Amino acid sequence: MSKFKQQFLAGPYLIWIVGFIILPMLMIVYYAFTNADGGFTFEYITATFASETNRKAMILSLQLGLICTGICLVLSYPLAMILNNMQIKNQSFIVFIFMLPMWMNFMLRILAWKLLLSKNGVFNSILTSLGFERINIINTPAAVVLGMVYDFLPFMLLPIYNSMTRIRKDWIEAAKDLGAGSITIFFKIIVPLTVSGIISGIVMVFVPSLTSFAISQVLGGGQVLLIGNVIEQDFMQGMQWNAGSGLSFVLMIFVIASMALVNLFDKDGEGTAIW
Amino acid sequence: MSKHLIDFIDISKSYDGSLVLDELNLYIRENEFLTLLGPSGCGKTTTLRLLGGFETPDQGRILFDGEDITNLPANERKLNTVFQKYSLFPHMSIAENIAFGLKISKKSKAYINDKIKYALKLVNLDGFENRSVDSLSGGQQQRIAIARAIVNEPKVLLLDEPLGALDLKLRQNMQYELMRLKEELGITFVYVTHDQEEALTMSDTIVVMNQGYIQQIGTPEMIYNEPENAFVADFIGHSNIIDGVMLDDRLVEILGVKMPCVDEGFGKNKPVDVVIRPEDVELVDPADGYMEGDVTSLIFKGVHYELDVMANGYEWLVHTTKHVPVGTHVGIRVTPFNIQIMHKPESSDEKAVEIDE
Repeated sequence: MSKFKQQFLAGPYLIWIVGFIILPMLMIVYYAFTNADGGFTFEYITATFASETNRKAMILSLQLGLICTGICLVLSYPLAMILNNMQIKNQSFIVFIFMLPMWMNFMLRILAWKLLLSKNGVFNSILTSLGFERINIINTPAAVVLGMVYDFLPFMLLPIYNSMTRIRKDWIEAAKDLGAGSITIFFKIIVPLTVSGIISGIVMVFVPSLTSFAISQVLGGGQVLLIGNVIEQDFMQGMQWNAGSGLSFVLMIFVIASMALVNLFDKDGEGTAIW
Repeated sequence: MSKHLIDFIDISKSYDGSLVLDELNLYIRENEFLTLLGPSGCGKTTTLRLLGGFETPDQGRILFDGEDITNLPANERKLNTVFQKYSLFPHMSIAENIAFGLKISKKSKAYINDKIKYALKLVNLDGFENRSVDSLSGGQQQRIAIARAIVNEPKVLLLDEPLGALDLKLRQNMQYELMRLKEELGITFVYVTHDQEEALTMSDTIVVMNQGYIQQIGTPEMIYNEPENAFVADFIGHSNIIDGVMLDDRLVEILGVKMPCVDEGFGKNKPVDVVIRPEDVELVDPADGYMEGDVTSLIFKGVHYELDVMANGYEWLVHTTKHVPVGTHVGIRVTPFNIQIMHKPESSDEKAVEIDE
């Protein structure tokens, strides 16, 4: 095939990339740095930190994102170890089961949690029928974190599990042979060899939890305002495209910074497998 | 060669219902180079892994210096292993790999640095401290694996087919290196291989194993010259293994011909296996031989020619330095001393013999 033909075949993709990825991004940047009259301004960038609402939303987003990432890490690491050490033939099938919820519609899963957690929901019905007090978790940051953890757990589990499967059994045996006990083996062999998986997992969970707005909307019931919700409101309700773009731009910087971090550590590309 | 350092007592081990080791009894002496030799699946690696502490026997005990170590975890045993796949830690430099065991036993920094230098010198890789594992060839990685094991000054070094992945020339060089190391360190080596030449070159004692049983224990010379059964004879180099009948002391009949030999005590008219090494078959004038035959093939092997000679219905394998063209009519003779008589196995299942010490 001639070089021209090859380039011609790439055409549709090029149009797609330019039209639906690069152009919208450039527009965000344009709106972020201009005011309603089209003049250049830093106002909307600085507004991220200057406005009380924005600052609070940003801090809460970072907090919940970090908490969610932390919980996912604490849950996934032992789980990945257990999965990896299972003495069964069809290990990948078990891993597949853990991935299965990802195939269901995202909104459906969140709405299911709303039903489970709501004041007269399934959990509370069970609790009251057993004679316990109701717990009011819905519409709190805790409910939002719960939803995030549920949704993003596979993104943490998979890269860690992948990096763990690459640890050869004979490395562990060699360490034992040289006198290492379980604790030394864990910190000197297993953790260092899964660092790339941990880093990808952290970014894969932290980025979506930082930018999410649907989870906080449904499970937070308008009480939990994350930066994603503020952006959504700016665009959809206030029609303030410039303000929304300014926030989006700052958020994008955070995301790009995290992705750069991944590229720095994740040389084996565990993370890219699911994204 | 003095006292027993390691004793295996009635060790049995099975995986998924199939028996890998059946009531194995074996002792290893201090400062001995002992090789476990056998085909894959014979139980030699399992024996080594039991000693290393990576497996526990279903039955039996292992003694180390008189102390029961059967249930002692691997990290508490005073021995180190060189693994078949080298098993160097990929996230550490060469120096960190070698220092791993020493750091765990909390040695001082100066001591560790001295030891790293010493070990690298010993395996001829001075100056490799800061190299990464990936940048090393297979042979170099194997030397580092050996260095990593010996810096801990184990009483016993276990080697699990350490040269299996190397090419022929390198393998031969490493054999001499290992013998030199053994000399310099003065410790016990337990070596596992399926390569009979490797075993014969390096060992003080060879343990030939098959199907979970010890077939023979002895010096390389004993194993080669006086195999105790057909399996050992066949596994240690090519051999002519012929059905025969021991007519009386020092007289055996094979292929319808009576031949004098040197073995005694088999009883009269007892069926036996007769082993004659290809280099021990003498080709003579047809009239002078025990039997006559024709050369059916001739292959040049470098040091010698390998011939097939059809005589009395058996195809003899013969090694000779003389060129004997195909079709030559020859006589076959064997010196009585070179005829090795062996008991037949009790049944076809049990291809093992009891070892009487």
